Amino acid sequence: MSVRALIFMILFAPSALAQGFAGLGSEAEGYLLPNPDTRFEFPRDHGPHPGFRVEWWYLTANLTGTDGRDYGLQWTLFRSALSPDDRPAPIWMGHAAVTTPDAHFATERFARGGTGQAGVTAAPFEAWIDEWQMTGIDRGQLRASGPDFAYELTFAADAPFVPQGAAGYSVKAETGQASHYYSQPFYDVSGVLQLPGGAVDVSGQAWLDREWSSQLLSADQSGWDWLSLHLDTGEKLMGFRLRSDLGSAYSTGTWIEPDGTPGPLAPGAFVAKPLRFHRVAGREIPVEWRVEVPEHAVDVTVTALNPDSWMDLSVAYWEGPVRVTGTHSGRGYLEMTGYE
Amino acid sequence: MQLLTMVIGLALATALWSGVQAINAEARASYDQAARALGETQFTQLIPEEGNTIPTETFVALRRAGVLVSPLLEGRLQLDDENYQLVGFDALTAPMGLVPNEAQQQVDIVSFFAPPYQIIANPEDAGRIRGLTDATVIAVDTVSPGVLLTDLYAAQAMLVRGDEVSRLLLLPNQPRNGTPPDLKQLKLVARSPSQGNDISRLTGSFHLNLTAFGLLSFAVGLFIVHGTIGLAFEQRRGLFRTLRALGMPLRMLLVLLMVELLFVSLVAGGAGMVLGYVIASVLLPDVAATLRGLYGAEIDGTLSIRPIWWAAGMAIAVLGTAVAAAGSIAKIIRMPILAPAQPRAWALLSERRMWLQGILVLALLAVALIASQLQGLVAGFALLGGLLLAAALALPIILSLLLFLAQHLARAPIPSWFWADTRQQLPGLSLALMALLLALATNIGVGTMVGSFRTTFLGWLDQRLASELYVNARSNQEAEVLQSYLAPRADAVLPIWNIEARVAGLPAEIYGIIDHATYRDNWPLLEAADSVWQRVASGDGALVNEQLALRENLHPGDSLELPGAWQTIVAGIYSDYGNPNGQVIVGLDALVKRFPDLQRQRFGIRIAPDKARALARTIRDEFGLPAERIIHQAELKSFSVQIFERTFTVTAALNVLTLAVAGFAILTSLLTLSAMRAAQVAPLWAMGLTRRRLALLELLRSSALALMTLVLSIPVGILLAWVLLTVINVEAFGWRLPMRLYPTDWAWLALWSLIAAMLSAAWPAYLLSRKPPAELLKVFANER
Repeated sequence: MSVRALIFMILFAPSALAQGFAGLGSEAEGYLLPNPDTRFEFPRDHGPHPGFRVEWWYLTANLTGTDGRDYGLQWTLFRSALSPDDRPAPIWMGHAAVTTPDAHFATERFARGGTGQAGVTAAPFEAWIDEWQMTGIDRGQLRASGPDFAYELTFAADAPFVPQGAAGYSVKAETGQASHYYSQPFYDVSGVLQLPGGAVDVSGQAWLDREWSSQLLSADQSGWDWLSLHLDTGEKLMGFRLRSDLGSAYSTGTWIEPDGTPGPLAPGAFVAKPLRFHRVAGREIPVEWRVEVPEHAVDVTVTALNPDSWMDLSVAYWEGPVRVTGTHSGRGYLEMTGYE
Repeated sequence: MQLLTMVIGLALATALWSGVQAINAEARASYDQAARALGETQFTQLIPEEGNTIPTETFVALRRAGVLVSPLLEGRLQLDDENYQLVGFDALTAPMGLVPNEAQQQVDIVSFFAPPYQIIANPEDAGRIRGLTDATVIAVDTVSPGVLLTDLYAAQAMLVRGDEVSRLLLLPNQPRNGTPPDLKQLKLVARSPSQGNDISRLTGSFHLNLTAFGLLSFAVGLFIVHGTIGLAFEQRRGLFRTLRALGMPLRMLLVLLMVELLFVSLVAGGAGMVLGYVIASVLLPDVAATLRGLYGAEIDGTLSIRPIWWAAGMAIAVLGTAVAAAGSIAKIIRMPILAPAQPRAWALLSERRMWLQGILVLALLAVALIASQLQGLVAGFALLGGLLLAAALALPIILSLLLFLAQHLARAPIPSWFWADTRQQLPGLSLALMALLLALATNIGVGTMVGSFRTTFLGWLDQRLASELYVNARSNQEAEVLQSYLAPRADAVLPIWNIEARVAGLPAEIYGIIDHATYRDNWPLLEAADSVWQRVASGDGALVNEQLALRENLHPGDSLELPGAWQTIVAGIYSDYGNPNGQVIVGLDALVKRFPDLQRQRFGIRIAPDKARALARTIRDEFGLPAERIIHQAELKSFSVQIFERTFTVTAALNVLTLAVAGFAILTSLLTLSAMRAAQVAPLWAMGLTRRRLALLELLRSSALALMTLVLSIPVGILLAWVLLTVINVEAFGWRLPMRLYPTDWAWLALWSLIAAMLSAAWPAYLLSRKPPAELLKVFANER
């Protein structure tokens, strides 16, 4: 185990105390708590929120190559505070991945805050760790690289940012744990993937999630299944299911109209059931789901493009592109954490 | 009795060999661990082209350019008069394998990153520093002694070196499409993973000496075993013949004998290993202290049992027995079944055998001669081995000649008989005497080498450290303030400014000095051009150290290229013991002109010696300068003397042990001989010599032989020392040491070897003096 793995064992990973995935269920002592009355203010809120324990800039893209194949990519920057006053400075963690129908490449970076090695500025917007960077927020460039892959994309969106939950206050458990959460699901992207087999020109759609909190999960919650779907009819659907050790699950989501108008779903209105499990990294992971949103007449099957999209990193989880079939068609991204 | 001598002989041989090997293995394991204190040597490292530091921004800039590097900061941290190597690393970018696993598992990351921070140390150091620092101290077994690990930023705070790092490790898995960094622009130099373990090079000679010691001791032991086995087989010839005559197949006899030998060698080997372990554990603390003091190498003072040296020790014991027994076994194979069963006792040293041995001596000398013309460490060792073996083999021949001479010079019947009889016994004793010669020669050789090193080194320290105090300020500004503070308080303040650079492709230091009598009067120059100091002062010439001169074959007057396309001339060469790297000294003004941003932190202070200590304290108190930044010359010298004393403890202990082994060899030979010598002694007794008188003569004989061997061993030992000093040292380290002779040591050695010889002869002599007259009479009764 490396020092980094240890760091994240302590900071994030499930411990014997059943603190939930990535330690997100642990105590928030001294840290700020999300407030339902807070309203987003841009560009300020594109930047970091010191005082909150965890925060991320999370971009996923569904792409089609000029070779006709489907691809997915992920670019994520996590900020993890070591103390409420940022002394010592927070730890930054970057994850990047590219998924093809038959391969999955993932890599990670770490940095300490305060040195310039990693950070986020709100205006002009820039998020970076080492040479990975996301420059611009309405339009801009994105790049990352690992030992066996690299990508460089441009992205642009005209639609407004979409607050999730109740005006950006996203409840995660019946006991009230919550986060501040907004998304930009309307990016059009194009660029080049560098893969072991050569360069591929790609284009498609991307989705940015911005979320910060100090205590996301309740103590008995062990992980989540999270979906972001681009439906071919123009609507977007975000839904998640937080699994409890007690056997129950808290699920909710947002139905987003083509013009960006959010329609928060009531708890339980987003229904996701595993259809097929796949053995990856020694665990049984559901890689095919039945997803229903009765109030929007959605009854679809969500299938992983590559069931082996395992992020084998210091904090390990499943994350990869999916295809949507059924009452609606489309594509999207699936993230599953806390499967042991 | 034979069994006992064989077991003891083999056990002693194995003990010395394994003891020395244990010490070596332990020390090497410690270096490896030290080198891997943070396993940084497995990575390519980026080090500053000049100076000692890299700004933290360079690290960030490289990372942001997609070059994955991880920073290290190293420095000396003094806690309660003890110096530690503090190593700061960045846990977030550190490559796998850098930090010991155990350390990773015990660290609480939030505390590790936040004041008062955490320090990881080995348990011994952890116990010592707990309470001396605000940091939480964590004990981890695998951390090397003297090394403290902590967070990079913690190290920056503790060493008061804000925003700088010492080195960058280039991570093995660089991103795809990464561009190689422009090192030149960043003023960095890449050092590939294999380079840079200076400690193992430096300490190599010490271990070489120990190994040579161990090997010689083992050879001595083998002589004993060979003798014992030979005798045991000879005496059992009758039994073997009877067994064979009764129809026992040869093969079965051989198998039984081999099983017997294997069993004995295993028992003796095991006993030897245990003894070796005891020797090693007794000597290791002194070895550790020596290595730490001489080379700054940290090794654990405790011994752990390593399977590898157990296996090697046992294998050596069994193989040694096999080698020693091969001749005897061959004889049994060739033995005709109906041969007479009388023991042949000891083969006489026939003319023919003398000639053979003489030819072998000449051949070995020829090998040595050829080796001396070749270069390289292996050739050096071939020279050494050839000389020693030739000397050992020549010993019986020379002794025989000497005894022959003595015999003819003697007039009275008893002395005449004494010398003739001694000469007649020589074949039986020659192996033991050869062992004694080797032991004595090794003692003299190693003693002379260590002694020469000490005398030279201390003398050199006297010259080289001419200033009473040496100060290394923490910054250029501090140095400036200190110098102006000191100017009125000291006789002279001599700046010693330096840059680190590459000269002739290898890392080197370039020092700038001012023109001062201190250098002109004291500096240890080996070769110099005319008006060398004027040349250096005016910037027209440079001094280079012996290592650099040897490596590049430089002599005064040769041209020398320094960094920055600086062409100069070698004005002189000085000795620089203990430094693995090249060093150049130039005039201060010339250096400053070319490298204005050089380090200006060091200077020497000339002051009356009795005031030095007080001044050092004043500087410490007034400026808060850490103690390790002020070197008090007198203290350093007394420390060096102390270190050498401990080196001598080790050498002396090994000397005693080798002598003991050689003495034992004499004892066993005499014991076996005495059993067979009744026939020679009985007539003398019958002629009226008392048993007491005969025993006394036996003692005298051993002493005479030991003394002759000793006298012969002195030139051999000096030759050995000469090879060690002028061939092996130069090949291994690049410096030559003048040889000094220590006749008083030889006198002591003579005394010791006489005592050893007398002691080993005492028992056989006693047995003779108590031999029942009836037994002596039997010689004439033909009842033997």
